[in-house]
Amino acid sequence: MARWRTFAWVSLLLAAGGAAAQPAGLGLGRPATPAEIAAWSIAVRPDGQGLPAGKGSVAEGEQLYLQHCAACHGEFGEGAGRFPALMSGQGSLRDHDPVKTIGSYWPYATTVWDYVFRSMPFGNAQSLTADETYAVVAYLLHLNDVVDADFVADAKRLPAVRLPNAAGFFELAEPDLPRGEPCMRDCAVSTRVIGRARAIDVTPERRLE
Amino acid sequence: MSGRGRNRRGFLAAAGGVLGAAGLAPVLRAAEFKPEAPDWTKNLGPGVDAAPYGKPSPHEKHVIRRSVEWLTATPQSSVNFTPLHELDGIVTPNGLCFERHHAGVPDIPPAEHKLLVHGLVERPLKFSMAELRRFPPTSVFHFLECAANGGMEWRGAQLNGVQYTHGMLHCVQYTGVPLRLVLEAAGLKGQAKWLLLEGADAAAMTRSLPLAKALDDCLLAYSMNGERLRSEQGYPLRLVVPGWEGNIWVKWLRRIELGDQPWQTREETAKYTDLMPDGRARRFTWLQEVKSVITDPAPEARLAGKGFRCIKGLAWSGEGRIARVDVSRDGGRNWTTARLEPPVLPKCLTRFYLDWQWSGEEVLLQSRAIDEKGFVQPSPAVLQKTRGVNPIYHNNGIQTWAVNRDGTVENVRLG
Repeated sequence: MARWRTFAWVSLLLAAGGAAAQPAGLGLGRPATPAEIAAWSIAVRPDGQGLPAGKGSVAEGEQLYLQHCAACHGEFGEGAGRFPALMSGQGSLRDHDPVKTIGSYWPYATTVWDYVFRSMPFGNAQSLTADETYAVVAYLLHLNDVVDADFVADAKRLPAVRLPNAAGFFELAEPDLPRGEPCMRDCAVSTRVIGRARAIDVTPERRLE
Repeated sequence: MSGRGRNRRGFLAAAGGVLGAAGLAPVLRAAEFKPEAPDWTKNLGPGVDAAPYGKPSPHEKHVIRRSVEWLTATPQSSVNFTPLHELDGIVTPNGLCFERHHAGVPDIPPAEHKLLVHGLVERPLKFSMAELRRFPPTSVFHFLECAANGGMEWRGAQLNGVQYTHGMLHCVQYTGVPLRLVLEAAGLKGQAKWLLLEGADAAAMTRSLPLAKALDDCLLAYSMNGERLRSEQGYPLRLVVPGWEGNIWVKWLRRIELGDQPWQTREETAKYTDLMPDGRARRFTWLQEVKSVITDPAPEARLAGKGFRCIKGLAWSGEGRIARVDVSRDGGRNWTTARLEPPVLPKCLTRFYLDWQWSGEEVLLQSRAIDEKGFVQPSPAVLQKTRGVNPIYHNNGIQTWAVNRDGTVENVRLG
């Protein structure tokens, strides 16, 4: 309660046209400068908010991809070892083994830009320039047959790209779990053992003693 | 002097007792007086400061986090598992809390770490760790479960150990600043509906968090179990999002941006979305639903022989408190309500027990939790009917341990 009163009181002061630049409440923290904010703001949204100036083509992206990405993701984005594939898998989401890639699963091309810039290449993150990132993303979209070979990505064109699975996501309105008093006696369930982890034998060896 | 006098009187009284008893029990001859004393009862051990930061007994070296090597491409983007079968109570020791990193563990000097709060706020602010620790602190016990805990078990029994089937789980007391206080300091603008959370690791991990949850019970934590966060748990600052999937508890937190819509980051689109049988995927499935598991007996904690055994387990729900846990010894046909051990806290692990006499026959052990909202932990069959076998995330199905006649325990699937 006391905290809320303090907050309301400070809000009143601010509303009265006081020191808007001063920290409110407990007075902790210091104002962040526009330059500090700009230097840390790398997040990109589907509407394009956050995309910087610059551009990159599919052809430029191919060279960068071979240099920075192919060692883990394969020459054509097919993946390598347990590193994920970046293409293929379209139409596989109902299969026994769905393949989730930019072309088959990712809903937004802007997310590819955001992720490549912030996290890739693995072990050398945030080393690509904005132009290079646009180029790599353009190439990845081309690998997935989403854009033509002459596509050039920039802050205007990238948010306009529609990925095949853009409409493939939804939010559940109500929980789908059972609710209420469960069965306690003579419940009609199968108690037949149909699978044993020991038979599959993929558990790491463990020193027991 | 008077004290010594009392001691002497006490000695004389005791000696009288011995002499008095001499008539009843024979006095041992000197050669027969050989009290049993192991070496550690005879010799001095190490003094104080031999270990300025204490470690578990060297005899507990097997109690460690373990990983499944074939699961991931690299150890830097990987996961390991908490040894649930070795733990008692509800608090996980800091060094045994499972790890999940996307680009390894950064080494961040706290004096250089800053938290930036900006976007749709009246006053963009930057906080040092020292400033964050000046806020009135709050300490809370909460479980943290990875959304993918049990993710390898959707299609059937795969990993033979509770450490691997359920060990992406920990529960500690977190201390930090209520996120609401920091947001109030920055002053929310009316259009602000979502937060972007960003880590300072080499993945710059990001998630979007709805504002209502941020204002409800989230915590900017700098300590766990009374000491500063472990590096692998987000030192010097992580977000605590009670009851929600671990991925959104962003570690090494360095930036909070307020916005009017979610950012649709890779971690909330390509990952941490739950693929359904129709090929569509549920998104923003943050809640860790009601769940439980028997931690002893377990594949790693077999039975030595018939007779008494206390069945021990853990239950939890992102909805709130655990209301009840039932245990079945016949694969789910009949159930007995287990004993819950206080404290039973919201969005926290709850310990349950059931006393049991094992006859030496084959047994199918299960536990089933019910939370205070009335949600019941489902069987794998019920879960699969609606969600199929490809969600990866949010598997809260009932676990079956088969107890064999030789006392071994194994992970099985019934159907």
